[in-house]
Amino acid sequence: MNLLSSPFTRQSLKTHELMRMVILCCIPGIAIQWYFFGWGNLIQIMLAVSACWVTEAVILIMRARPVFRITRDSSALLTGVLLGIALPPFLPWWMTVIAAVFAIGVVKHLYGGLGNNLFNPAMAGYVLLLISFPVAMTSWQPVVAQAQHQMGLWDSLNLVFTGFSSDGYSIQQARMTLDGITAATPLDTIKTDLRQGLTLDESQQNPVFGVFAGAGWEWVNLAFLLGGLYLIYRRVISWAIPGGMLLSLFVISGISFAFQPDGAASPMMHLFSGATMLGAFFIATDPVSACTTVKGRWIFGALIGAMVYAIRTWGGYPDAVAFSVLLANMSVMLIDYYCKPRTYGHKERQ
Amino acid sequence: MNQLLDISWLGLWKNNPAMVQLLGLCPLLAVSSTVINGLGLGIATTLVLLGSNVTVSLVRQWIPKEIRIPVFVMIIAAFVTTVQLLMNAYTYDLYLALGIFIPLIVTNCAIIGRAEAFASKNALLPSALDGLMMGVGFSLVLVAIGAIRELLGQGTLLVGAENLFGPAAAGMTIQLLEFDQEFLIALLPPGAFLVMGFLIALKNIVDNAAAERQKRHQPAPTIERVRVSGNAE
Repeated sequence: MNLLSSPFTRQSLKTHELMRMVILCCIPGIAIQWYFFGWGNLIQIMLAVSACWVTEAVILIMRARPVFRITRDSSALLTGVLLGIALPPFLPWWMTVIAAVFAIGVVKHLYGGLGNNLFNPAMAGYVLLLISFPVAMTSWQPVVAQAQHQMGLWDSLNLVFTGFSSDGYSIQQARMTLDGITAATPLDTIKTDLRQGLTLDESQQNPVFGVFAGAGWEWVNLAFLLGGLYLIYRRVISWAIPGGMLLSLFVISGISFAFQPDGAASPMMHLFSGATMLGAFFIATDPVSACTTVKGRWIFGALIGAMVYAIRTWGGYPDAVAFSVLLANMSVMLIDYYCKPRTYGHKERQ
Repeated sequence: MNQLLDISWLGLWKNNPAMVQLLGLCPLLAVSSTVINGLGLGIATTLVLLGSNVTVSLVRQWIPKEIRIPVFVMIIAAFVTTVQLLMNAYTYDLYLALGIFIPLIVTNCAIIGRAEAFASKNALLPSALDGLMMGVGFSLVLVAIGAIRELLGQGTLLVGAENLFGPAAAGMTIQLLEFDQEFLIALLPPGAFLVMGFLIALKNIVDNAAAERQKRHQPAPTIERVRVSGNAE
């Protein structure tokens, strides 16, 4: 007889274990990003993590809370990592610090700290920068293989902290491709080309496109997809939010692609470009600012997917994950209110 | 005299229309991108508030209760039109910079709020003082938010002073900080909301500290025990 005795409780993850698991699952994506875009993002991650951590500690001291016990939960670390991944590689250091201080100080702690924030801190910090410094925030590097000037670790450090590499190249020069033109991201290229009346085929002659989406970007997104699937397998995140987001993005972009195959980006392009996978698995699933009911999570994810499509297609910015997540964060209370599951023994609400 | 001091203190600090009543936020947030814009709208609002409070207080006996709001709105609209024409004549560039927000002073709830809550129930002198102090309190907040936003956004203070004070004031602009890139969010409406929030927080901190100090200075109440049972021996 091999019977187990009650209680059949399962060990659930503690906050800090959960946060560290999410950070670990970012690593494949970060590694691929490093491979394609160079050292910039590693520097940004280090910067953002340090700034987030220091801000968290300072504010906890100001609030007279136990600093060491709370900073051990690694939530500021995760915010820093996500922010660092999302920021352009050679963004000036002080912008990263502004975003980190705003994310932790204003968006998280003014609302009461971890568990009380209405908005995703990393994305709020990102959007603050995007609104304040639109030019710097949309200056992404071309993939290393297509860049005219190769930037090593030392060059990248110099670019981030002084604005010029050790050979004297500026950030704008670091964005030159082999063709001698300033690089644009795949999503940006498609948007500009389609607005100028080019067809999708003509637009995709551009070397920024890879096998099935943007060069480099497709592999970064695949790596985040893998990390995210592992998170779902370990039940760190529920699959409803990424499922809802990717499904709605796929269906909406699929319909528009089916109707005008030459005038709209393909569903694969939408799914594997920009921050789609990072957003779906690592950002939208933030346990604090996302929906908590099962049905609500599907709606929340679908809402983000629809808004990502809308902003990418008709909006002013090339990518849209940050704005979509923040807008969906605002509707969380309403969604959860209407998705409350029936309590056992009570009737369905009329 | 004491009552007049009270009225001033209420308008400037304790019941400040912008920071406590949170009235008139639309113009407050929309035009407070520079000190001069804030000051211009602040002066215009103060003039309208003063005029409307005086007039409402004078005619308060003859206004039927049922139609008092339309009457107040018409009085306010008359003053706003006057101020708008004056600004059009004397500070034309500022008039252009503030644009639609000058006529929109009519809809500023702070003004109709004072007419309804104070001027329609009080005599001429307190009403006039109330209008003036509420207006000055509103202007102070406008100027403070304008200064912070201008400094964070473009590193200057008093940009466009010549629009308000005439060409001689063109040299009043101070460049305090030099930026390569403007901190745009401070100049955009979200920045106004953030600055406003921080100002209100600051006011609450000051108020709480003052209340704390007052509590400490009061003597501790002496506790008197009351015998409820048994016999005193």
